[in-house]
Amino acid sequence: MRYSALKILTEALTGNKGWQPVWREPEPKPAYDVIVIGGGGHGLATAYYLAKEHGITNVAVLEKGWIGSGNVGRNTTIIRSNYLLPGNEPFYELSLKLWEGLEQDFNYNAMISQRGILNLFHSDPQRDAYVRRGNAMRMAGADAVLLDADGVRKMYPFLDFDNARFPIKGGLAQPRGGTVRHDAVAWGYARGADSRGVDIIQNCEVTGFSIENGVCKGVETSRGAIKANKVAVCVAGSSGRVMATAGMRLPIESHVLQAFVSEGLKPVVDGVVTFGAGHFYVSQSDKGGLVFGGDIDGYNSYAQRGNLPVVEDVCESAMAIMPTIGRARLLRMWGGVMDMSMDGSPFIDKTQTDGLYFNGGWCYGGFKATPASGFCYAHLLANDAPHPVATELRLDRFKRGHMIDEKGAGAQPNLH
Amino acid sequence: MIINHPLLGPRDAAEFVYLGDAALLNRPDWQASDAAEQFYDYQYLRDNPAGDHRELWYHEQGDRSWLIVARNTLSHEITKVELARDVARARKQAHG
Ligand SMILES: Cc1cc2nc3c(=O)[nH]c(=O)nc-3n(C[C@H](O)[C@H](O)[C@H](O)COP(=O)(O)OP(=O)(O)OC[C@H]3O[C@@H](n4cnc5c(N)ncnc54)[C@H](O)[C@@H]3O)c2cc1C
Repeated sequence: MRYSALKILTEALTGNKGWQPVWREPEPKPAYDVIVIGGGGHGLATAYYLAKEHGITNVAVLEKGWIGSGNVGRNTTIIRSNYLLPGNEPFYELSLKLWEGLEQDFNYNAMISQRGILNLFHSDPQRDAYVRRGNAMRMAGADAVLLDADGVRKMYPFLDFDNARFPIKGGLAQPRGGTVRHDAVAWGYARGADSRGVDIIQNCEVTGFSIENGVCKGVETSRGAIKANKVAVCVAGSSGRVMATAGMRLPIESHVLQAFVSEGLKPVVDGVVTFGAGHFYVSQSDKGGLVFGGDIDGYNSYAQRGNLPVVEDVCESAMAIMPTIGRARLLRMWGGVMDMSMDGSPFIDKTQTDGLYFNGGWCYGGFKATPASGFCYAHLLANDAPHPVATELRLDRFKRGHMIDEKGAGAQPNLH
Repeated sequence: MIINHPLLGPRDAAEFVYLGDAALLNRPDWQASDAAEQFYDYQYLRDNPAGDHRELWYHEQGDRSWLIVARNTLSHEITKVELARDVARARKQAHG
């Protein structure tokens, strides 16, 4: 069933009786060509592109809860491609290009809104760093605009420009950045994959792998064993737990990241704004709530909830650039488990076990990567060779000394 | 979270800086023939368990001691706190 304006009109006139479930609920088959573990954004996108780009449709996505119950439904929905390093930037720019055509591509309204993102800077050295980043972005085909304080003032007059500690000197804008309705991304990819024959199997937890003589032959699940020629792990925050059952240690720690939404307000912030002197970012949802967040809590955690010190820290940063926010009341807050890698960059790679593939290490920035992650992972699974924009996202890069450390923070996941 | 400091009593976790898995105390031998391999493991790979975890916390806004905190990563419950110094000394004695 295709969605269209005509379809909505016909349904409205006929009592909305013709709508159907968006995907099937099949029983698992005994064997598949490819099993994708994890029904988050990346897993569902992988299945979608496997079917659509490579014609591989004998595929199952195994999800331990319901699809979208992980980080894809918990993030603050910012998309952008404002990275610096050559191992990352072309990948994220491919992602932004895929976002731009996604709704037409999978015929689903994901409310993709290119409302622009603005990273503020507060000192001369920081300005220089942003000039460099902006140039790196433009060299990879992305858009970047450097603004001085007056330029920022025109966009967001209510910011605290003359703050004594963190005066706003300007910003680096990416007008093509923006926000997306996150759940709709999971649903849209699920529907697109399902309609091409992919089985989406919810309430099916993978508990182990069947590995014989260094070859992965399938998985053990809470609903029995399932065979597969290729097994593609895509479980974000659960990466450490799941790969441990395959006997693998990863360059990843799991950490909790919190997010916050205020009560609904009249339109005030029309794009995404980030603070440059601390970790704080804010946008406004279409319902009016200010959606904001900051740093991860900073200690290993698999609990989907955080602690108060970070709440305080985020609110202090908010007050430092946007004092008006102090009058807004908090509506709700929550946490998600992040797969923080040792250099802050992700992995899309084969493992040492034949037939076992790994996608993870997305840190707090994997939502924007969803389309490219699925696209490149599907490419790897279909061709057994990395996609040209993902050649650096390898598991062995630490051993080779080729880290992709955007922040230069070193092997300290809580600092990325 | 409240960390029960062995010398100072219960302190707010916000006073501490977190380093990571307490296995980081076990620095490999730089003269071993496979030192590069061992240091790669030590520096970059983690057990990252869901459950009990022994980890290093530094009391930066306090007495600047390093602690080993046994904490559950699923519930955040802290079950044991020791001075890292004591643990390292005891281990040295055990190994002669
Ligand atoms: C508060 C917060 C804010 C964020 N903000 C942003 C942002 O603004 N921009 C951005 O780009 N990124 C952001 N992120 C990061 C982004 O959400 C993640 O990097 C991304 O969603 C991870 O990929 P995913 O969607 O596939 O993960 P998930 O949705 O977590 O998918 C993984 C799935 O695997 C399943 N699973 C786990 N173990 C098993 C098992 N054993 N068997 C079967 N299934 C299993 C889980 O149930 C889960 O559904 C944010 C994250 C959080 C928590």
